[in-house]
Amino acid sequence: MKRIINLTINKIIYEHAVEVNTTLADFLRYELGLTGTKKGCDTGDCGACTVILDGDTVNSCLVLAVQADGAVIETIEGLSNEDGLHPLQQAFVEKGAIQCGFCSPGVIMSSKNLLDKNDNPSNQEIREGLSGNLCRCTGYTKIFEAVSSQCSDNKGGSHGKI
Amino acid sequence: MEKFDVIRSYAPRLDAPDKATGKAIFTDDISRPGMLYGAMLQSPHAHAKIISIDTSKAERLEGVKAVITSKEAGTIKYGVSPARYDETVFATDKVRYVGDEIAAVAATTLEIALKAVDLIQVEYKVLPAVLTIEDAMKEGAPQLHEEFAGNLCAEVHQEFGNVEEGFKKCDIIKTTTMKSKRQDAAFIEMQACLAEIDRRGTLTLTTSSQVPHYVQRTVAMVLGMDVGKIRVMKPYVGGGFGIKAAANHQELVCCILARMLNKPVKMNFTREQVFKYARARHQFTHVITTGAKKDGTLVALKHECYLDGGAYTSFGIATVYYSGALLSGPYKLPNMSYDGYRVYNNKPACGAQRGHGAVIARAAFEQQMDMIAEEIGMDPMELRIKNMMNAGDTTCNDLNMSSFGMSECIEAVREGSDWDKKKGTLPKGKGIGMACGFFVSGAGFPIYRSDTFHCTVICKLTEDGGAALVYTASAEIGQGSDTAFAMIVAEAIGIPLENVRLASGDTDMGVDLGAYSSRQTLMTGHAAKEAGEHVRQQVLEVLATQLNTPVEELDIKKGFIEFKNKTPDFSALRTRYIKEHRGWTDNPDSEKLTFKEASRIAFLEKGSIVGTGKYRPHWLGGKFKGAAVGTSPAYGCSAQVAEVTVDIETGQITIDNITDAHDCGKAINMNSVEGQMQGSISMGIGEALHEEVIFNDKGEVLNNDLAEYKIVTSMDMPPVKAIVIESDEPNGPFGAKEVGEGAIMPTIPAILNAVYDAIGVRISELPLTPERVYNAIQAYKEKKSA
Repeated sequence: MKRIINLTINKIIYEHAVEVNTTLADFLRYELGLTGTKKGCDTGDCGACTVILDGDTVNSCLVLAVQADGAVIETIEGLSNEDGLHPLQQAFVEKGAIQCGFCSPGVIMSSKNLLDKNDNPSNQEIREGLSGNLCRCTGYTKIFEAVSSQCSDNKGGSHGKI
Repeated sequence: MEKFDVIRSYAPRLDAPDKATGKAIFTDDISRPGMLYGAMLQSPHAHAKIISIDTSKAERLEGVKAVITSKEAGTIKYGVSPARYDETVFATDKVRYVGDEIAAVAATTLEIALKAVDLIQVEYKVLPAVLTIEDAMKEGAPQLHEEFAGNLCAEVHQEFGNVEEGFKKCDIIKTTTMKSKRQDAAFIEMQACLAEIDRRGTLTLTTSSQVPHYVQRTVAMVLGMDVGKIRVMKPYVGGGFGIKAAANHQELVCCILARMLNKPVKMNFTREQVFKYARARHQFTHVITTGAKKDGTLVALKHECYLDGGAYTSFGIATVYYSGALLSGPYKLPNMSYDGYRVYNNKPACGAQRGHGAVIARAAFEQQMDMIAEEIGMDPMELRIKNMMNAGDTTCNDLNMSSFGMSECIEAVREGSDWDKKKGTLPKGKGIGMACGFFVSGAGFPIYRSDTFHCTVICKLTEDGGAALVYTASAEIGQGSDTAFAMIVAEAIGIPLENVRLASGDTDMGVDLGAYSSRQTLMTGHAAKEAGEHVRQQVLEVLATQLNTPVEELDIKKGFIEFKNKTPDFSALRTRYIKEHRGWTDNPDSEKLTFKEASRIAFLEKGSIVGTGKYRPHWLGGKFKGAAVGTSPAYGCSAQVAEVTVDIETGQITIDNITDAHDCGKAINMNSVEGQMQGSISMGIGEALHEEVIFNDKGEVLNNDLAEYKIVTSMDMPPVKAIVIESDEPNGPFGAKEVGEGAIMPTIPAILNAVYDAIGVRISELPLTPERVYNAIQAYKEKKSA
């Protein structure tokens, strides 16, 4: 059985008929083609499918698409624009915070949400903000450096070190 | 020191912008019109006879396009090592572990495919199962494979020098037993694949693999197809760590379904299936006896090892050899014996994982080094330096250390960790420990016997002269090989990195054995360098003729032509180039002749400029049985210091920091070298402290998800000081060698030695869960008071 949902994704309004058991992650990936949101477990453990829903991060594999009816959603595809990468994305590139890249969209969305709410998180707050995102490649060190470089205290050239 | 313009820098990775923006394509991101979805039926029993399989109900379900069993898939045996092909696509007579594949379905939706799998009826006769090494080796134990009596998959017996004679000369002899637990690699991207066949009969498999080349060969063998009709491509891959270094059942099933139905078929593992398929680090039991003189000189090592192999061999033969072979260094050790046994049982098969076979052996041995140091009252670092091999030394089992910055690594971590101040002065509950380790830079031989080149690279200059295109079948799986090869080609030609574009991971592009045994940088790096030098030479030869200048006087640096003596008049060439480019916006604005002009002129004279490169190691020593495992053109090495805090009341361990120094030869991309070091440490910490795949008494994995199988999170990762040591490896491209696996070697023993320093108790079983540590502390206290 399908239901009509209306939602805003990366500032674009969608009206879509979805099966009631379709997750938001599957809806984004397979119905809208927004494959930047990754699935690493489908059980809410890895955080690769993290998107921002009405201002908070969620594991989109644990949210049904119909639950997102009326929501405002940001995915990784909404961060960069025609002018180029978002400064946070640029920091991930420059600091070497990306290896296989499968967790990166989720990690970046969690980092963005953290910085949206607190433009100067402490090292401990950065760790807590990323605690729902598993990364098996980097050992997190360069991820911390990238996020830290975007804190208001560190912008303007100083290098984030944790 | 030779001056480099591109390598040895912190280069942003070529793939990072796409990966940061979600544009990078992984296998499951690809869909095709009319695509079908596959799903597999896997055994619910650890050991059972298959009496009958009834697929009729599944076939009748609307939307189902095919249901296949071994009848359709055939019974050709395959595996990793040709010496132990012990798997078929589907189980035929019996199933050997919970997860053994029995049948598969292709349907119009995944939901229908899964429903159809549930409708397949299998009648089993459940057999007694063996789930441990001990049970599997008991007399009269149920047998997994008729051909391998006693459930013994493989055994190795080696002796170099004379161990018994050696022990007679020793003042100190230590024997310890060390046990680890089965691990999972826990890469974040689950295995996925998409198979499609075109109207001319070419089968294309797009898959999350580390080794397109070996997958191509296995598909050809199992499907009975010409290898030339099979193309295997890997898009971006979300980590592999060894587990994706062989063809899996899903890939074969997907190809069979696509060929049968003439339609694209996609399949994905669930996370549960990743655990069921396994093929990750074995559970090891090592019994190690080390003998030394009272001045600390190591004399002899006797080593016995049991590997809990699971139901099939996978990489197991190589694993059981690696477990023994890599203890012959990094210390001078004239006498070494090894007895290794890999045992079958009714659990999923184990295989290769980062630091293949050697990680737990290293953890056991490095603790004994500390025990010996303690007994003779020597600093653990001094003991290691005293016994350390030097560049040029060869181990008792014929591994040649053509470069070896191990002592430099030790000095670097001694200083970086403030060791001299901290060792022996920390309060109770806090400890500091160190360890060393080394690993191969690429296996010396292919997995199958062959004279093949291990890799080939093609470099083509664009006809306009503006860029160099690199084509390689190598496997970027996150480690940064694409960027490394682009940097190597840029350096070899003499142009900026931004002028190089690269495509990889496609068997149509050449031969490359793939990303395993830390082989890509050294091996494919050689081929990339040769391909770059080949195009460079062709351009310079044309230029020499055109300018009537000896070719030896010409050089290319940073995208410009350099003349060693007098700069000849090149205005005619420039005029010709500008005429060619009328209306374009990129005319040269430099007083120097640009590479772009030279490259365009070379095309106008000769046609497309294409360079080729290839690499195959020189013959690497060893005539004894098993000598092929462990040989490598070069060895990377590292030393680490761990500082820990142990809560004596709860047994909880906190890693306070780690200082790591790794000799990777000349670093190609510093960013990637540090990243590999930090990532290795993170995996080593997980393995030391929490990672363990747990089974119930039915052979089912209890913690088959990433909530209960605990890898290191952002909350656990300690600060890491990564120090890059650069020796100059004579067998490496521009002097480079490995970092991807050697860096994990010292992590576990450094932590174990630090825990001992903190609490005075040696713990001989991993992982160091609070419970295990607490119990060890209590047992020690009771023993002391008794």
